[in-house]
Amino acid sequence: MEATNHLPVDSPNTGSLPTVDVARKLGLLPDEYDRICDILGRKPNFTELSIFSVMWSEHCSYKNSIVWLKTLPRDSERMLAKAGEENAGLVDIGDGLACSFKIESHNHPSALEPYQGAATGVGGINRDIFTMGARPIAQLNSLRFGNIDLPKTKRLLRGVVKGIGDYGNAFGIPTVGGEIYFDDCYNTNPLVNAFSAGIVEVGKVAKATSHGVGNPVFIVGSATGKDGIHGATFASEDISEKSTEKLPAVQVGDPFMEKLLLEATLEIIASGHVIGIQDMGAAGIICSTSEMSAKEGFGMDVNLDLVPTRQANMQPFEILLSESQERMLVVVQKGKEDVIQQIFDKWDLHCAQIGTVTDTGRLHFYRWGQLVADVPAHDLVLGGGAPQYHREYREPAYISEFAKFDINTVADVTAGELKTVAEHLLSHPNICSRKWVYEQYDSMVGTANRSTNAPSDAAVVRVKGAGLPQTDKSIVITVDCNSRYVNANPNTGAQIAVAEAARNIVCTGGEPLAVTNNLNFGNPYVPEVYWHFVEAVKGMGAACSRFETPVTGGNVSFYNQSSDDGPVFPTPTIGMLGLMENPDNRMTLNFGQAGDAIYLIGSTKDDIASSEYLYSFRGVKASPAPAFDIEEEVAVQAAVKQVIKDKLVVSAHDLSDGGLFIALAESAMAGNVGFSIKTDAGLRTDAFLFGENQSRVVVSVSAGQQAAFEAALSASGVAFSQLGEVTSGDFVIDGTTLMTVADAKAAYDNALGTKMS
Amino acid sequence: MKFFAEIDVMPRKEILDPQGKAVRLGLHNLHIDNVGDVRIGKHIRLEVEAESEEAATSTVDDACRQLLANLIMEEYSFTLHTA
Amino acid sequence: MKFGVVVFPGSNCDQDAVDALTLMDQEVVKLWHKDHDLQGCDFIILPGGFSYGDYLRTGAVARFSPIMNEVIAHANRGGYLMGICNGFQILAEARLVPGVLLRNTSQKYVCKNIYLKPESKDALLTAGLEKSAYKIPVAHGDGRYFADADTLKQLNDHEQVLFRYCDEFGNVTDEANPNGSLDNIAGVCNAAKNVFGMMPHPERAADIALGNTDGRLILEQLLKAVLV
Repeated sequence: MEATNHLPVDSPNTGSLPTVDVARKLGLLPDEYDRICDILGRKPNFTELSIFSVMWSEHCSYKNSIVWLKTLPRDSERMLAKAGEENAGLVDIGDGLACSFKIESHNHPSALEPYQGAATGVGGINRDIFTMGARPIAQLNSLRFGNIDLPKTKRLLRGVVKGIGDYGNAFGIPTVGGEIYFDDCYNTNPLVNAFSAGIVEVGKVAKATSHGVGNPVFIVGSATGKDGIHGATFASEDISEKSTEKLPAVQVGDPFMEKLLLEATLEIIASGHVIGIQDMGAAGIICSTSEMSAKEGFGMDVNLDLVPTRQANMQPFEILLSESQERMLVVVQKGKEDVIQQIFDKWDLHCAQIGTVTDTGRLHFYRWGQLVADVPAHDLVLGGGAPQYHREYREPAYISEFAKFDINTVADVTAGELKTVAEHLLSHPNICSRKWVYEQYDSMVGTANRSTNAPSDAAVVRVKGAGLPQTDKSIVITVDCNSRYVNANPNTGAQIAVAEAARNIVCTGGEPLAVTNNLNFGNPYVPEVYWHFVEAVKGMGAACSRFETPVTGGNVSFYNQSSDDGPVFPTPTIGMLGLMENPDNRMTLNFGQAGDAIYLIGSTKDDIASSEYLYSFRGVKASPAPAFDIEEEVAVQAAVKQVIKDKLVVSAHDLSDGGLFIALAESAMAGNVGFSIKTDAGLRTDAFLFGENQSRVVVSVSAGQQAAFEAALSASGVAFSQLGEVTSGDFVIDGTTLMTVADAKAAYDNALGTKMS
Repeated sequence: MKFFAEIDVMPRKEILDPQGKAVRLGLHNLHIDNVGDVRIGKHIRLEVEAESEEAATSTVDDACRQLLANLIMEEYSFTLHTA
Repeated sequence: MKFGVVVFPGSNCDQDAVDALTLMDQEVVKLWHKDHDLQGCDFIILPGGFSYGDYLRTGAVARFSPIMNEVIAHANRGGYLMGICNGFQILAEARLVPGVLLRNTSQKYVCKNIYLKPESKDALLTAGLEKSAYKIPVAHGDGRYFADADTLKQLNDHEQVLFRYCDEFGNVTDEANPNGSLDNIAGVCNAAKNVFGMMPHPERAADIALGNTDGRLILEQLLKAVLV
């Protein structure tokens, strides 16, 4: 082996060492270039510079976010892996089982090629789950698009939904829920966040690590092409007109390959001969070799000539940085190569030994018989030598403007206006039925989705899958974020996102356990954008602590901004995992029969701030986040939990977008019944019906249970009031029939489909 | 004048073609083992009414660029002939 | 009666079929597509999924998987064979049932509950079904059944249409047709009535925990018929 002070062969193009200017073009700062020279004790060659540029990109190193991410609560008794330690979070759910779950963005690829961008996002998040030995059982997604009336938005929406569907459907894991919002701020930068959850037996978890000198290193799955080279760097820049020109070969997803890789990966892990395994996502081979090696301080010697490639004569940096999909790096016990090979042969997958584990702590890459890169693994990775920055932040001027909003400047709804507002909200793209989207997803494969025939605020999925032991438990999962609230007040808005996720799980009969987050923001070098980020992380941390739902990991996506539209609304999407121990505890949102009493748990305030009503019907864009008090929220959730457990309610549905009216309408439509309620004379009618102040749940109670229900609520100390009762089909407010359930469904069910046709 | 355009749209050569890969596997299942790389694209036939061959070429080229091929992932070629 | 569920690369409803039959106390094994042994199974199921990624044409590549030699021989001997969703597409490619499955009229994948009206009065799968409509999930992008006029006449004349898409009251309407299938056809059998193909997934509606057991009613009727 060559001595490390001997310069490896150089840049394929120039024959001379790259300058600091080349480093800048690769996205590295001059300081970072100097730091690389210090680490190596010499100037890097082009291959090495490329390695550092991707490993120190925001996407891999979290350099601009990690100091704040570390402030999030990360521990609870149920945590089996800490945030960032493994490919995904791992939560003990009892009966010897653990749930591995994570959310990840594919925003930038989806902006340019929505179909493949979204498809490969789904592929990537599922690989994170099954590399841990967990079989994925359910997927969610959280999507943001621009104005739905723009042709460009329709094209993006169509492409993203088809991409998610085609990949997830073929892969064979059900998509059981999600959320979609439309706002002009996402016109150039859509957000595509994909969530997956899987189940693994405790003690059979595979780790993203490497050890044991001489152990073989395998690359398995697809061959390596020139896909997405410098894609991780690409995700760390603003989108501009030039982005399309810069575009590397688009990564193409192959769900068929992924399905084979899933089965083969679970088989090799079950064989007991795997030391460590990691998915290849962003930054490809270099990311997995460095992260796995750095974990326990080992090194690797890798011969790039042995990597199966789709094209001849790929340059070393191309092989190292390629983001070709459906690949894994596996370190295997020496002597067990044949066992692994046989499993991959069975599934007709590539499996090639490309190197061995060393004790040098360094990564040596060879190509065409020569050493082409020699870098220390530790210095490449987060928690090792990758830089960490404190960025400047400053409250944007609009925040104090928004806070000046005075409800008295907006006229209350008149009786004559009620129906117009109701129809506006029922058919609004942010509220109406998502049927056009979710019917394109296979939501039932795996026969574990308990929400198909029983709708609820969060999805309920039985813990069930090939090779897993029997259990009665279900996971209860949801993704939530109202970014309009976060934009109005990032701290409160992020707290609300966590609270709403927990509320959805509680209303479904589950117990919130843990969180994965997808932090979508603009350019972190803009102090006002970074303030969004800092405040949102603070709010999220406070709420996660209060709900005892630690953050197990997730993903940061910066640079969601364009020169035309500026940054997107700060969108810290919360993916929350809950558990339902007893299947009988599940609660649905549909009203039961006419005559059942309807109650509101929680208190309504004279508040229309940041409501869909104020924003899109009244056209008032500047208002603060809706009223929210975390202690009130905790008390409301505790009360809801209790009445569900004691079987005192027929239905439970939380209030969110569109306020009380929409919650009532959704419960009524799901049960194909109506409701009759009285408004509160002490409150504005618009605030009562359409305001979005938080911490409220609509429940229905059968006549025989009313006394027990009221006693339980009184004992809890939480505010509650009887609103009215379930009717056979009319929506009645203060004695006036507004519409029938059939009218409401006509407005609600097909609004999105009509927009898209 | 009426022209016929015969257009081939193929995945760009550096882009993965999962369909081609799976079909190759299927051919090998049939013991057609001497088949190497398989790539699958689309063939599109258009009728074009145009003044001249140049004008027809330009129309077809426009159609390919704007709709028929996704240039991020695909490349196209075509031939023109008269009725 | 021993059931065998064939696992092709890309199958993803194989386990669901095994689970549904296991719930009904049946003996069931998985059969690997590269094998040539049906392991003594009496009833073979080709499950749903995306065999070979559904690339080229749905079912086109799987139809040539090694085990299909034995599966076809089994059917030709009069053995029971059922294809669900992708399994139906494979049966059609292998010409074991008449007709083809084309891209849905909407050009979109569709997953939802639909209703099925049992049609054939003498096919084992449907003869004993009594309800006017069964609520069963569909999940496919290529489910539009098509056959030429002669074949269609043959199907109708010989009671080979198993199910038609209908509304919840059993009315066969255009609105109830999720994919544009010819005459709302959701499933057919061969002339000898030992090979059954259907796009909807009865195995997805077999477990009480999921709140719909209409699929189980269909499978139970099938068991009753084949176990005599």
